[in-house]
Amino acid sequence: MSSKTGAVVGQNRPVSFLLGLVTWVIGLLFFFPIFWLVLNGFKDELDANSTPKLFFDPTLEQFTTVTESQAGVLSFGTAFTNSMVAVLVSTFFVMILAVPAAYSLAIRPVRKWRDVLFFFISTKFLPIVGVIMPLYILGQTLDLLNTRTILVVLYTGMNLPLAVWMLRSFFAEVPKELIEAAQIDGCKLFGQIRSVILPIVAPGLAATALLCVIFAWNEFFLAVQLNPQSASTIPQWVASQESGRGNFLAKISAASVLATIPVVIAGWVAQKRMIRGLAMGAIK
Amino acid sequence: MSQTVIDRSAEVKRLQRREGWKRRLPLLPALLFTIAVTQIPFLFTLFYSLTRWRIDTTDPREFIGFENYGSLIGDKFFRDAAWVSVQMTVASVLLSLIVGTGLALLLDRKFVGQGFVRTLLITPFLVMPVVAGFLWKSQMFNFTNGVLNWLIRQAGFEGTEFATKYPLASVIIVLVWQWSPFMMLIVLAGLQGQDASVLEAAKVDGATSWGTFRQITFPQLRPYLELGTLLGAIYLIQVYDHIEVITGGLSSSKNLPFYIAQRSVGGGNVFGLASAYSIVVVIASIIIANIGLRVLSGLLEDDS
Repeated sequence: MSSKTGAVVGQNRPVSFLLGLVTWVIGLLFFFPIFWLVLNGFKDELDANSTPKLFFDPTLEQFTTVTESQAGVLSFGTAFTNSMVAVLVSTFFVMILAVPAAYSLAIRPVRKWRDVLFFFISTKFLPIVGVIMPLYILGQTLDLLNTRTILVVLYTGMNLPLAVWMLRSFFAEVPKELIEAAQIDGCKLFGQIRSVILPIVAPGLAATALLCVIFAWNEFFLAVQLNPQSASTIPQWVASQESGRGNFLAKISAASVLATIPVVIAGWVAQKRMIRGLAMGAIK
Repeated sequence: MSQTVIDRSAEVKRLQRREGWKRRLPLLPALLFTIAVTQIPFLFTLFYSLTRWRIDTTDPREFIGFENYGSLIGDKFFRDAAWVSVQMTVASVLLSLIVGTGLALLLDRKFVGQGFVRTLLITPFLVMPVVAGFLWKSQMFNFTNGVLNWLIRQAGFEGTEFATKYPLASVIIVLVWQWSPFMMLIVLAGLQGQDASVLEAAKVDGATSWGTFRQITFPQLRPYLELGTLLGAIYLIQVYDHIEVITGGLSSSKNLPFYIAQRSVGGGNVFGLASAYSIVVVIASIIIANIGLRVLSGLLEDDS
């Protein structure tokens, strides 16, 4: 983000320096709770549960404890696999469905494409709680409760509207001449998408997929209501670390760190694209 | 002669129809899937809401018309939850928007470590809501070992148990911490889309920085702020995880989604009545959505 508009306001240097300093302080303050969480993950329970301590003897004990599998308890490995499957498979389906849809809305738009786009977005306004009861009953009838399948289906449904919305705008930026040229060369729909459109919209695609991954990885409500016994995901595993007996603060911190790391790193790597994807995707 | 003309126009129509379907075809899978996953369950909810039905008994489902909706009006818990929903959504969207815009303006200037500070600032948005909830509840708000309480004591005041004493405010604080970075991202995109030459011209013409912001930057940011409000509202109206973890749904932090889940799949089992609650929530959301969509159509107008 080498800021083009860095010189928006032509202040003198001391003011500029001061504002930079203020930004640094605020940035550190915003990050502090996460820093503290990581710190607590390396403490023993005694240190974690006393007056806040910055200095202590670091230990990896909590990380080993929380990743040990015990019979009858949701293990990290199981939850991680369940989450990975639900997140990656659903994101894959979202993309498979959203790419052709975005083509239909942006490149060779259907009539009333705007209404169709509105329909997609309007489904996001339907609170999930409004459909949780039929989903539960349906899941029960089809024997899908406590399976990864039900999460894959619902996470696909949950992220699809957002993906269609974002992708449409990326697709709208593809020069029409390029597509026409490909058509003249006899490229069929999938050929056009693969050889002309995808290379241009790849960054937008990545940003969209990443957002889907973040929302699916962090999803808790559906998982907890529909998969309480098996096929439980990482958010449920974190929640399950809160035990009735003894202190668990350091253990939860370690578990939280493990649960958060994949998405945080992905987000850090793709942050510039996300900025573009989130807003340009919606406005242009 | 005239026969051929008719044939031709029929042929043209047929071709147009075929072309229409060819255009629609790539859209259909996504559309049908979305309808199946969102609209059909909703119709079931609508049907359930007209019945008396508990799933923990073997009593058959009984059609009772609008009775559930009648009893809903007198339900104090429902009214309370609705009021909590309004406060929580409005407060967290507005505060995140204000904080996020401030952060974006601060970030959109050159200084040492700009990229690093931006990375620090977006991280809260990436944190899993369940983790964010635990983190704040047990390590910031906590009476004995919470950092906030430690700070308050250092300053010479009495500590307080935030999550039980101020449940609603506690949840809102965490929501704002997570969603300000999201708003910041959107506003940053808006700021970076600004035309540098216009800003330069304003400077040459002797515009003050406040004047430049008010007359050039802000109007350009408006669609981005509207987008942020819309996306924020979509997600924040449905908050569940944070409440579950931070307060466990303590009265003054229990919003409608939490209350409905509690009354139905969360152990309440009164599916008929809870469905009626859901329908009311959906209708309220549709009203808000209409306002939101009007905003959106404003966003989409320019580019057709």
